[in-house]
Amino acid sequence: MHELLEGSQAVARAVGLCHPDVVCAYPISPQTHIVEALSGMVRTGKLVNCDYINVESEFAAMSVAIGASAAGGRVYTATASQGLLYMAEAVYNASGLGLPIVMTVANRTIGAPINIWNDQSDSLSQRDSGWLQLFAIDNQEAVDLHIIAYRLAEEISIPIMVCMDGFVLTHATDVVDMPTQEQVDAFLPSFTPRESLDIDNPRSIGMMAGPDIFTETKYLSHRAMLGAIDRLEEVSGEFEAIFGRRTGRPVRVLGAANGSDSVPGRHGQIAVIAMGSVLGTLQAIQPVLRASGVDIHLIGLGAFRPFPSRALAAAIGQASRVVVFDRAIQVGIGGVLSGAVRRAMKGSPAPLHSVAAGLGGRPITEDSLAAIVRQAHAGDLSDLTFMDLRDDVIEKVS
Amino acid sequence: MVKVNVPFMQTGTLVVGNRLLDETDRSVQAWQGRPSCLTHGHRACQGCAEALAARWVLDTAMEVTDGKLMVANATGCLEVFSTLYPESAWKVPWIHSLFANSASVATGIAAVLRARGRTDTRVIAQGGDGGTADIGLACLSGMFERNDDVLYVCYDNQGYMNTGAQRSSATPPATRTATTPAVGRDPGAPFGQGKSVPRIAMAHDIPYVATASVADLRDLEAKVRTAMSHRGARYLHVLVTCPLGWGTKSADSIKMARLAVRCGLFPVFEAEYGEVTASTPIRDRVPVEEYLRPQRRFAHLFGPNGDEIALGRIRHMAERNIRQYNLCPEGSRS
Repeated sequence: MHELLEGSQAVARAVGLCHPDVVCAYPISPQTHIVEALSGMVRTGKLVNCDYINVESEFAAMSVAIGASAAGGRVYTATASQGLLYMAEAVYNASGLGLPIVMTVANRTIGAPINIWNDQSDSLSQRDSGWLQLFAIDNQEAVDLHIIAYRLAEEISIPIMVCMDGFVLTHATDVVDMPTQEQVDAFLPSFTPRESLDIDNPRSIGMMAGPDIFTETKYLSHRAMLGAIDRLEEVSGEFEAIFGRRTGRPVRVLGAANGSDSVPGRHGQIAVIAMGSVLGTLQAIQPVLRASGVDIHLIGLGAFRPFPSRALAAAIGQASRVVVFDRAIQVGIGGVLSGAVRRAMKGSPAPLHSVAAGLGGRPITEDSLAAIVRQAHAGDLSDLTFMDLRDDVIEKVS
Repeated sequence: MVKVNVPFMQTGTLVVGNRLLDETDRSVQAWQGRPSCLTHGHRACQGCAEALAARWVLDTAMEVTDGKLMVANATGCLEVFSTLYPESAWKVPWIHSLFANSASVATGIAAVLRARGRTDTRVIAQGGDGGTADIGLACLSGMFERNDDVLYVCYDNQGYMNTGAQRSSATPPATRTATTPAVGRDPGAPFGQGKSVPRIAMAHDIPYVATASVADLRDLEAKVRTAMSHRGARYLHVLVTCPLGWGTKSADSIKMARLAVRCGLFPVFEAEYGEVTASTPIRDRVPVEEYLRPQRRFAHLFGPNGDEIALGRIRHMAERNIRQYNLCPEGSRS
């Protein structure tokens, strides 16, 4: 049913439809509305057989999630920014133990300087944590991705972050087609853990692994992560069969002239690559740019982990240039996403431009995006650009 | 079988006498069907009292819960010596996640059991003094204040023994450790520092807090039983000798843990809802020197360059414990 909902409320209801056994979280903006809604659902009995735990830190939130997941429970938590860093040790531990926890990351930058607004520095800082990271373009995708995340995580025993731009999506009210309980039940089976704490079959989980076996554990994680690309694609297809819309594709071409979402880029086109809500703005300017002779081939990444290198390279195709809108940077190097894109493009002659955009919540306007793309079209864009950089401020410092 | 009356000596538990006692008075360790939750073949040092205490605690809890027990373990000696893949010495469902989070992991396990109506299965979290008093204190406090149905057991060997005997906030003053060397004007760990986790636990008004020494098996088992008879957050603090970190003979582990109690430096007591309800009186009190002298970590306090002032302050600590917990009540032999 189509409803007008705040992103956080919609996500909370989607999580509720997945019937978690345990929800635990520590408040941090902009994730709070989600867990507030869930605590209300538990208290009022709308969500039964679920325990909501008010923990004392994000580190404890992830630790409670680890214990609950290891005991065979379906677990949910949410965080952002500093909170994600504070739980980082446990984030790595959860994936190492193969616990299929689902966590919303309401993407927010990392201080200092302290800043509560949106970019994607937080989840991208955890890119080597062994978690999957799925990115939502809009609130509909945010809702759908949580349901997909539980299905996939529990199947492959890898935890998943569902990343949605903080405030831009979490606090935005939009029309969302809320799934029904019947649909979710048809798509998401009950959780059968790969291994769990069991009094009838006592196991030791989290044992020490020496040099004789550690490399193998990492190799197996690597292999499982690679396998997750195809599985995500398949699960996304199964989702479409039940819910009637395709969500969760790792790579998607948006607004292609022939309507296909996997058409490769052509010579003369500028491939524009991004993750998250900025794709919506890029979609909005696509027809205007096309009309003015700048043909952009817009590629949306739905997954940063696993990184769909092959599908991405195929989607870029023969595009003459590649522009990546980066929502997080590696200081002294360039964009985080563009670094991964560059690796996926190995052997391609097309120049790649990294554009750091919307850091710490700086509004990403259609005008600025269009100006960048036009610059690229004219061959005037440098390798790394900080979009809308305030020269007046920089001059004062230097 | 001929029943022999064995006098029960409070100066020690005399484990050997167990099987001569009436069956109902025997310890779990005297029971042939004891589960040996921490079984043989692990890599603990000779004389490791933590290994002993962990087996005793969990075996008792297993008996009480009829085998329905899950355990969350902090990083530390106990985890390292028991689980080098592919071997595990644990015969209970057991999880190790991180150093600081065993209390939270246990909370998560208990939450799933509650959500699924399986509250007959109980949860124990355990760790050393570093994982409890220092790095894990926030998670522990959170578990306490939420009154989660978890028994947390701290095996206190008074330092970071797994990493080579560095000071923790449970290391007693004047102790020589790898990070508080016995040099300078105030050798060893500083006086006026450190904390009592049992008293911190009591400040949370949780149903049950107790201390115990590995030297007193029956008392330890009784406290585990009492702890398991309560619901909600419970805390058990067990003094365990570390021959390597303390510089004592492996064969003296029980003796040392007993002397710590008898000299007054380790008060053995119970508290319910924040109030001390019982303390174990000291019989045959000994001077603190008798406990300190055999330990290499206190060697700098003795001999020609000994530290009489430090010894005086330690004596004062023992006196204060005795006063605070009424360890030498009127009429007791001391």
